[in-house]
Amino acid sequence: MGGGRFFGGVHPRYNKDLAASKRIEEMPMPARLVVHFAQNLGAPSKPVVKKGDTVLKGQVIAEAGGFVSTPVHAPTSGTVESIDLFPSPVGVDAPAAVIVPDGEDRWADGCNVERPGPEPDAEKIKEIVHDAGIVGMGGATFPTHVKLSPPPEKKVDLLVINGAECEPFLTADHRLMVEQAEGILDGAALFAKVIGVSRVVVAIEKNKPDAIETMRRAAASREGFSVEAMDVIYPQGAEKQLIFALTRRRVPAGGLPMDVGVLVQNVGTCFAAHEAVRRSIPLIRRVVTVTGAGVREPKNVLARIGTTFEDLIAFCGGLEDDAAKCINGGPMMGVAQYSLEAAVTKGTSGVVLLRRDQVGQFVSDPCIRCARCVEACPMRLNPSMLSILAERMRFEEAGAYNVMDCIECGCCAYVCPSRRPMVHHFRRAKAEVRKLQRKAG
Amino acid sequence: MITAVAALALLALVLAFGLAMAARIFAVETDPRAEKIEETLPGANCGACGLPGCSELARRIAEGKASVDACPVGGEAVARKIALIMDMQFAGGGERQVAMVLCNGTDQVAARRFFYNGVWDCASAALVFGGDKACTYGCLGFGTCAAVCPFGAIDMIEGGLAVVDPDRCTGCTKCVQACPRGIIRMVPASRRVHILCSNHEKGAAARKKCSVACIACQKCVKAAPEGAIAMDNMLAVVNYEIEIPDAVAAECPMSTIVVRPPASQAAAAGGEG
Repeated sequence: MGGGRFFGGVHPRYNKDLAASKRIEEMPMPARLVVHFAQNLGAPSKPVVKKGDTVLKGQVIAEAGGFVSTPVHAPTSGTVESIDLFPSPVGVDAPAAVIVPDGEDRWADGCNVERPGPEPDAEKIKEIVHDAGIVGMGGATFPTHVKLSPPPEKKVDLLVINGAECEPFLTADHRLMVEQAEGILDGAALFAKVIGVSRVVVAIEKNKPDAIETMRRAAASREGFSVEAMDVIYPQGAEKQLIFALTRRRVPAGGLPMDVGVLVQNVGTCFAAHEAVRRSIPLIRRVVTVTGAGVREPKNVLARIGTTFEDLIAFCGGLEDDAAKCINGGPMMGVAQYSLEAAVTKGTSGVVLLRRDQVGQFVSDPCIRCARCVEACPMRLNPSMLSILAERMRFEEAGAYNVMDCIECGCCAYVCPSRRPMVHHFRRAKAEVRKLQRKAG
Repeated sequence: MITAVAALALLALVLAFGLAMAARIFAVETDPRAEKIEETLPGANCGACGLPGCSELARRIAEGKASVDACPVGGEAVARKIALIMDMQFAGGGERQVAMVLCNGTDQVAARRFFYNGVWDCASAALVFGGDKACTYGCLGFGTCAAVCPFGAIDMIEGGLAVVDPDRCTGCTKCVQACPRGIIRMVPASRRVHILCSNHEKGAAARKKCSVACIACQKCVKAAPEGAIAMDNMLAVVNYEIEIPDAVAAECPMSTIVVRPPASQAAAAGGEG
């Protein structure tokens, strides 16, 4: 085990030195917070507050809308000024509550206290994780309590803590590992207890030697824990690629990690679980890397959920004069924003600002069938063929070419000499295939 | 020499006999009416009837599994001819329907809120924050409907807006299904007055995004004959069953209501050729 590779992948410029050595700074309270109601993959949460309500820090403002859903909490105490549509950084305009802080930052009852009573058992931990609104914080925002509830016939024997952070520019997980190693490992131990595994592997890319060192030292005292240094290649942090690199187990097409006996959790998720279980703090803040040449002082910020990008950037010294592009997440998988009204959600691991000379505008040329994308695709798909099928609206065939297995990592678009917007094609194709599947029942 | 000729002649005879027998034994029964119907159908293989092509529809009609007016493209004229072939009565359908894009927001009047550089296709653009047009109901203008139209009846006019030519439109409804916004509606070909907006937002919000948006002032509702225009959640919608006089368009303060010349008579009659 260890140092493993997977098929394909690319080596983009990482640009992590901009913020890698910056300590996590807590951001002062902004003048208003825009808290989205839909913050998880799956069913959107149901709002339970209305305009004019006063809320306390940690109070539930939206309830889980189903099993694959999580509640959303107020990030501070204050008043709900309005409920309206706001650009959600994942690429849709969605309903959100605007909360004006009262400045007192008063906690709701039962929050931010040591949990009394005996050590919680597996069921109790799962319940706390659900009630705290915890989702996968690597960016996918899949509800964590669902991941912690594998059907009984799936035997999980390995918990992987994902600290690879392969996305260029981002250093949020890196800093968290350096500064909060104990908390992360405690969260990991809680997850291990829930699913009953004795082996926990923390996977970190080799370009973060200080994180590897800190985590190794912290893990030494815990039985069954180990830290693996992984090769630096994008997308090393993608769930299926990481599992293969570590264990040589291949997640079947359309399957989940639990099909090969593995559960993967991001380091940020582990820390959130630690805070929820030990200190009764729901998921109302997270580490966000604000970086890139377009911002004056790149930083790792501990920001409340709902902090607008505008406030975040102002906290980081403001925009450079020729800043031209703002991306939620990293440059490989992130979504460019059209408005700085967009606000931090549970999945916002970074905000990348690029200067005009770093932003290219391309015209998509026809595929020349050079097959560079085929070599780069870590899912071993045929992106060339898929993009052509999508372009010609032959979605049924794209489905037969397994477009649904695309993880949208962007390696194909990165290497394409014809500058084809590959991932955009695939997102369209996936939406159409889903429509066809629904029609077929 | 003679042996060769004789051998070939014999071979030819044997094979001819084999072919003749095969044609008898393996003959496929076809309905002669199906062939005639196929000749009558437009032959565009557009799929508007929901079947793979004209020959499949012809077979279904001959079998009695599809009605004689199942081809929306051929319209009434073709339906009558097929009814003759099938020896059936055709009562005559409703009026010929043509597609109408219910948006008039070109770039000159409707704002775009960001620079879009992705796949040049409406459905793909709609995946990015619902599209770059500020109005999330309006025509995106990348021409997905024009691309799927088998008859070249949709023009993309300057400023990014799809406009259907009622003369060339055959009413196949392919564009209606392709439009990710769902703003293309089938309307009777003879109608002149249309409300070219699909925005359900409140007046002030709609006006901010587009200067020809319906602001739900309801002036047209009062000016039009009873029931001809109804409000549907902040949007005036035409009930095409009732004819509206041209003068109603002048009542609209936003110029949302337009008078368009209807399809020409030749096309409306069913279109020979």
